[in-house]
Amino acid sequence: MIPGIRAAAGALIGALAVLISLPAAALDAAAVEKLAFGEGDERIEAIGRLVTEGDPRAVPLLRAFAQGEVQTAGKRVLVVKGEEATDAVTGERVSPLPAEREDVVANNRLRSAIGDALAALGLLAPERGARLAAARALADGAEASMLPLVQKALDRETDGQIRPLLEQIAATIGLKSDDKPVRLAAIAKLGESASPSARSLLVGIRNDGDVEIRSAAQLALRAVEGRLVWGEAAGLAFAGVSLGSVLLLAALGLAITYGLMGVINMAHGELIMIGAYTTYVVQGFFRNSNFFDWYLVAAIPASFLASALVGMLLERVVIRWLYGRPLETLLATWGLSLALIQGVRTIFGAQNVQVENPASMSGGIQALSNVVLPWSRVYIIAFAGLILLSIYLLLTRTRLGLFVRGVTQNRDMASCVGVPTGLVDTLAFGLGAGIAGLAGCALSQIGNVGPDLGQGYIVDSFLVVVFGGVGQLAGTVVAALALGFANKLLEAWSGAVLAKIVVLVFIIFFIQRRPQGLFALKGRAVEA
Amino acid sequence: MNRLYGPKGWTILGAFAFALFVMFPLLSVGVSQDNPLHISQYWVTLIGKIMCYAIVALAMDLVWGYAGILSLGHGLFFALGGYAMGMYLMRQIGREGQYQSDLPDFMVFLDWKEFPWHWWNTDQFWWAMLLVVAVPGLLAYVFGYFAFRSRVRGVYFSIITQALTFAAMLLFFRNNTGFGGNNGFTDFKRILGFPITTPETRIALFAFTGLALIAALLVARWLVTSKFGRVLAAIRDAEPRVAACGYNTLHYKLFVWTLSAVLCGIAGALYVPQVGIINPSEMSPANSIEIAIWVAVGGRGTLAGAIAGAGLVNGAKSCFTQAYPEYWLYFLGVLFVLVTLFLPQGIAGILRRWKKAA
Amino acid sequence: MHQSNAQGDPAMKRRTFIKQLAISAAVAAALGSTSLYAQQKTVKVGILHSLSGTMAISETVLKDTALMAIDEINAKGGVMGYKIEPVVVDPASNWPLFAEKARQLLTQDKVAVVFGCWTSVSRKSVLPVFEELNGLLFYPVQYEGEEISKNVFYTGAAPNQQAIPAVEYLMSKDGGAAKRWVLLGTDYVYPRTTNKILRAFLKKKGVAESDIMEEYTPFGHSDYQTIIAKIKKFASEGKRTAVVSTINGDSNVPFYKELGNQGLKATDVPVVAFSVGEEELRGVDTKPLVGHLAAWNYFMSIKAPANDEFIKKWAGYARMKNIAGHKDKPLTNDPMEATYIGVHMWKQAVEKAKSFEVDKVRPAVYGQTFKAPSGIVSKMDEKNHHLHKAVFIGEVKADGQFNVVWKTKGPVKAQPWSPFIAGNEKKKDGPALMAEKK
Repeated sequence: MIPGIRAAAGALIGALAVLISLPAAALDAAAVEKLAFGEGDERIEAIGRLVTEGDPRAVPLLRAFAQGEVQTAGKRVLVVKGEEATDAVTGERVSPLPAEREDVVANNRLRSAIGDALAALGLLAPERGARLAAARALADGAEASMLPLVQKALDRETDGQIRPLLEQIAATIGLKSDDKPVRLAAIAKLGESASPSARSLLVGIRNDGDVEIRSAAQLALRAVEGRLVWGEAAGLAFAGVSLGSVLLLAALGLAITYGLMGVINMAHGELIMIGAYTTYVVQGFFRNSNFFDWYLVAAIPASFLASALVGMLLERVVIRWLYGRPLETLLATWGLSLALIQGVRTIFGAQNVQVENPASMSGGIQALSNVVLPWSRVYIIAFAGLILLSIYLLLTRTRLGLFVRGVTQNRDMASCVGVPTGLVDTLAFGLGAGIAGLAGCALSQIGNVGPDLGQGYIVDSFLVVVFGGVGQLAGTVVAALALGFANKLLEAWSGAVLAKIVVLVFIIFFIQRRPQGLFALKGRAVEA
Repeated sequence: MNRLYGPKGWTILGAFAFALFVMFPLLSVGVSQDNPLHISQYWVTLIGKIMCYAIVALAMDLVWGYAGILSLGHGLFFALGGYAMGMYLMRQIGREGQYQSDLPDFMVFLDWKEFPWHWWNTDQFWWAMLLVVAVPGLLAYVFGYFAFRSRVRGVYFSIITQALTFAAMLLFFRNNTGFGGNNGFTDFKRILGFPITTPETRIALFAFTGLALIAALLVARWLVTSKFGRVLAAIRDAEPRVAACGYNTLHYKLFVWTLSAVLCGIAGALYVPQVGIINPSEMSPANSIEIAIWVAVGGRGTLAGAIAGAGLVNGAKSCFTQAYPEYWLYFLGVLFVLVTLFLPQGIAGILRRWKKAA
Repeated sequence: MHQSNAQGDPAMKRRTFIKQLAISAAVAAALGSTSLYAQQKTVKVGILHSLSGTMAISETVLKDTALMAIDEINAKGGVMGYKIEPVVVDPASNWPLFAEKARQLLTQDKVAVVFGCWTSVSRKSVLPVFEELNGLLFYPVQYEGEEISKNVFYTGAAPNQQAIPAVEYLMSKDGGAAKRWVLLGTDYVYPRTTNKILRAFLKKKGVAESDIMEEYTPFGHSDYQTIIAKIKKFASEGKRTAVVSTINGDSNVPFYKELGNQGLKATDVPVVAFSVGEEELRGVDTKPLVGHLAAWNYFMSIKAPANDEFIKKWAGYARMKNIAGHKDKPLTNDPMEATYIGVHMWKQAVEKAKSFEVDKVRPAVYGQTFKAPSGIVSKMDEKNHHLHKAVFIGEVKADGQFNVVWKTKGPVKAQPWSPFIAGNEKKKDGPALMAEKK
């Protein structure tokens, strides 16, 4: 809501210059008083009055009001920004700040009314972007009182993107008209759209008293819904890919430590958690700087390094002594994970910590009228792809990758030809752990960051790796995407709880039929 | 007799039985509360609970220590036995629930008018006991059959058992499944008509648990010292060779696996009336991993060690969660690491080393 | 008055002394068989909150709140001259362990009272133990009702003190006059009950069955894409929609992050939550969530002298005890307030009863009042073991705090037996006596 209002209100200043002759008398004190001290309906009325009177000073006042910056001191109404206050009626600066002040609370209804009012005026702004924002803000439906303004805007508008929106806004108003032809025209207009709000308007008159209107509405509704179905399907597909990418991120590190090295690392989840907490810490350093939006740039390598270091330490101290005894590794790493969880609890507290999305990652792309692709998810998909590519290159194009593959395939032979197997183990484990840390950094953007973060992913990550086929990067990718899709498809059909159960049972059956997973390693390595 | 334990072993077992069946009942029911020797209800239920865990540890040791199958889903079988018993206990509440209905409160609450099919006949004790054994047994049999037939081994097997218990946990969490959702079953009133909270009932349950533990130990011991046990150990060490000798390894593994699940079911059934609640969190993967840890701490492949491990870890947990509530996870975590690193044979290993030295 | 008399009259003085001696002897007997000398000056109370496992996220801070209240009482001379000695145990989010620890507190440590539990299942798990051993539990979290035990005092809200006022607000013009409802929750007993009550309530208000969508997610669910798509679709299929969320603590962060990113604005589809407070929003960037609602009986942002004092105390305590998270950014929330009220009410009741014995303290708790941080005088009901509480509805602000946009005129009496659940009309508004229960 708030960004919408901001944009619209920003446009308003320009709009008013065109619209209204300056200067007006002092701001209507009675209206301001109603706004600050009145009850629900009185306040809505006051907003209407302030806008129709058209004093430009009403705009900053309303904007401040929507953002909770209006306070009262006795009978006086103030706009307070930080340590500066101005009188809402006269516009004079008030200093010093009166000690006794009360917040004037704007609720959803008022913010919505203010947003609409400001947006209506924004329709006539000279800048195209402002007009577009205003039109979008109103596309969900407008009050009948705005019709003249919308008509006026329509008369002038030439932009190909804004005009259809304006027509739709006019139609939403026309729908409520008493004139039957106007209503029919409005219905036809709405029938051309593919927006959810058009659907809800049409649903409202689906059972209208008038037969003609009813049948027209039903026809239009079917057309709109036909278009919306595509959006829903696209949304579902995106959700599947997104969940798949999350699973992939969580499992990639494990695909190296478990898939290639054969270490059952139950502390894998905690390495993810360390990555997420590192992100939190890095964010703290950036909190009061001007570069806050760029904190992720520093957090990504930091989380990789932090988890990789912890991972290498674990490898050197514990896991190294347990090679060849996978089940013991499992138990030892489980113990480690308990200690790591409690460690984080002691340092950061048991409660979740806040990791904020940088501005570029909040919000989403309006891909279709009923599909929003959140930026955070889009970035994570890309991030997962990037990591995948890097691992692939690392394993196939570098000397370290060659060593890792060599040690995996035949440790003794690799050692004979001079590969420092011990070092390679440590580095490979560090790599897997570091990737888990990267996953934590990514996951911090869409979920909780708390001590239990890793626990939620451990079962899933193991299943992805096993389902895909141990030792197969491609298998892990396919498995993650397949499980993501299957989960989301089933969820839409049977609810989240059953979907998860069905997927798990499917994997159990699958592995029982085909223990080697989707992609089997060829050769004798399987038996080892 | 002699095959199972030497004279020393039998003496220890006898002393253990004496403590369970004579000393505890006497000191908890027969002695007045003010007597310093009195054993309070707290200790009776706590030790009763740990003995249930010990049965599970024993069952785990059979499959892991002797057949090399690490299950990370034994909590499921334990919980299934518990749920079967819980259903019977819920029926025993009768109309004393909050809603004074024949149905358990949570069903009234979901607006169900009659018992769902899986509750059929659960008001009969014998039927509930049959379920305690049959449900975990059957599930284990079917699951094991497919898994062992496709030669799912080692870590793969561990991971799918983990997935199995995770899926079951989610299923039981669902309110519509008909097992009380997250709250599970609680607030039991009676068992076989006896009020469940009296010291007498408690000590009876305690003695039954002790009996079950000793019986399970003897059966397991008999099994592992028999020819069957030797084949099992051979399968653990080199399955292809055993198969090449003409043994059908599937049957051996399947038998011990199913038996293990049944033992867990019995343990669960004894556990529920003593702790007074059964709920899906018993099936959480973490719980099942803990079972493996008890065995590892006690020493794999030594049945008595598994029992000792269950006692030690759970005793430590009960003690540390009180004495050092903020730090007990460190203790537990570090304990596991140290045991796997330095005591691959657990406590039993230390004892053996001492014996050798002596 | 009585006191001054006693001072003047030696006979009275002696009688008072004897009475006190008798009390301390009784207390010592109640506290256990250990030596009288050691027990004379302290009384043990139990604190039963998970400090590890999944619930540690919410419960740890309640342990600290209880400890703070106890410190505060001890600093002012304790209860009847007894210093309170807290016994903290960790039931580790493990429900059977809750029962075991409750038994331990009551039989081994012989505590006079226990403050604890968060989830319904943990309460249900310890309930038989408290009833069997006649212990006393103060339960500080909003819950589904349908229970009155004579051994429990419920200082959190019953559904009519939280859920129903919130829905009424959303139905009102100021709340946006919602006509269609999404009841969204985690699949466990609190959301199920709340939604059952709400459904009956909505039906009574004339909302059609087709205008209600009920949806549940598993515990720890972290991917809300599909659910939010469903909500969007549902909202576009008719009149104004509101979402009532009973999503459990930990899943709220992914839910709200997704909500914000998918652009579902509070002015279009407001979400009112019953399990989301200041502490849960700590993990969320609240800027996109401005305007979504929560209903509680306390908000940190409430302007009242009692609240200012409470927050100040907590901030000081958190800094002094170096409580991670809170030492830098102290937050208070509703269950913390309820815990704080509980400890103080118990203390007042003990002083009124002049005894630590459960059977004497219980009647003394009835009708006890306390000036709550929420700015009202909260009273324990004379019969039904629940607090009278004021209900506040707050809108999320950009800084993670709440703007109170609506509140009840005064405290509301709890209805643990919701009138919207069939069969409850016959239920007695108080704990069943033992005779009735048999």
